[in-house]
Amino acid sequence: MLAAVTPFGVAAGLAGLEVGLSPEITLGMSVIIFAGASQLAAIQLIDANAAAPIIVITALLINLRMLMYSAHLGPHFSDLPLRWRGPMAYLLTDQAYALTISRFMVDEPPAHNHWFYMGVGAPLWVIWQLATAFGFWAGAALPASWELGFFVPLIFLALLVPAIRNRPSFVAAAVAGSLSVLGRNLPAGLGLTSAALAGIVAGMAAEQWWSDD
Amino acid sequence: MTDPVWLIILVIGAGTFFWRGAFLVFGGHLTLPTVVRRGLNYVPPAAFAALVLPGLVQFDGATGSVDEARLLAGLVAGLVAWRSRSTLWTLAAGMGVLWLLRALL
Repeated sequence: MLAAVTPFGVAAGLAGLEVGLSPEITLGMSVIIFAGASQLAAIQLIDANAAAPIIVITALLINLRMLMYSAHLGPHFSDLPLRWRGPMAYLLTDQAYALTISRFMVDEPPAHNHWFYMGVGAPLWVIWQLATAFGFWAGAALPASWELGFFVPLIFLALLVPAIRNRPSFVAAAVAGSLSVLGRNLPAGLGLTSAALAGIVAGMAAEQWWSDD
Repeated sequence: MTDPVWLIILVIGAGTFFWRGAFLVFGGHLTLPTVVRRGLNYVPPAAFAALVLPGLVQFDGATGSVDEARLLAGLVAGLVAWRSRSTLWTLAAGMGVLWLLRALL
């Protein structure tokens, strides 16, 4: 699992370097935001000179799934003191959620789940920071002709493919992807964000359409 | 800390912490409206496709033609992602094909 997040962190470091962000800002994103897909999206939008509200809205939209994780995990940990729940919230990731919630899905959940959660979340955080720093360093050290920036769309491709699980999600991806290519020259990152929103609406419409048959 | 990008990062960080902490820290009891929960299902395919495609389909500014090496490398990587479900193999296939085509073409 730690090996699986490493390339995302490396991509976040590489992407920051590619668009000319300082190492402080690139690493600061990994500490302050600590959510890979939204960091990469924000970096692309910063590069496109997007307006600040567009960047914030897009990143928070991508991270909205954390709200569902929080809603799912929250009741299981409501007895813990705040000095536990605060850091736990900060360390909430796809991986920490997925591995921890599966422990509650059995008839008699095991004890010490907060320690288990921290055992996933804390090492992941350390790996994330190291991988970001390594990506920034490697991108600067290796020649531009290697096109390491191609890492970033490949990372999103590895996220996209398993996200296409049925016909409506394929429609969402197809609409958002094609509009994003068509709107690539729109100012202020509007192309990317409006394409994603149109894809979400198309996916919901497709779900409605096929459920009516 | 004078770069305006810091402010953007701080706002995204605060908002993301709010999502993460909504039920863990703030102990909220709100339930998400059905339309929001349905829409959330389509955030990953739509957002990731919008981020991927412009990186794979790149046009040459002068001639307007598509960069074939990137497109082909992306197609192969997509196939590998689908068959293997592995991030590392997807990256290896995509970068490998790109470098191979750049050396050949």
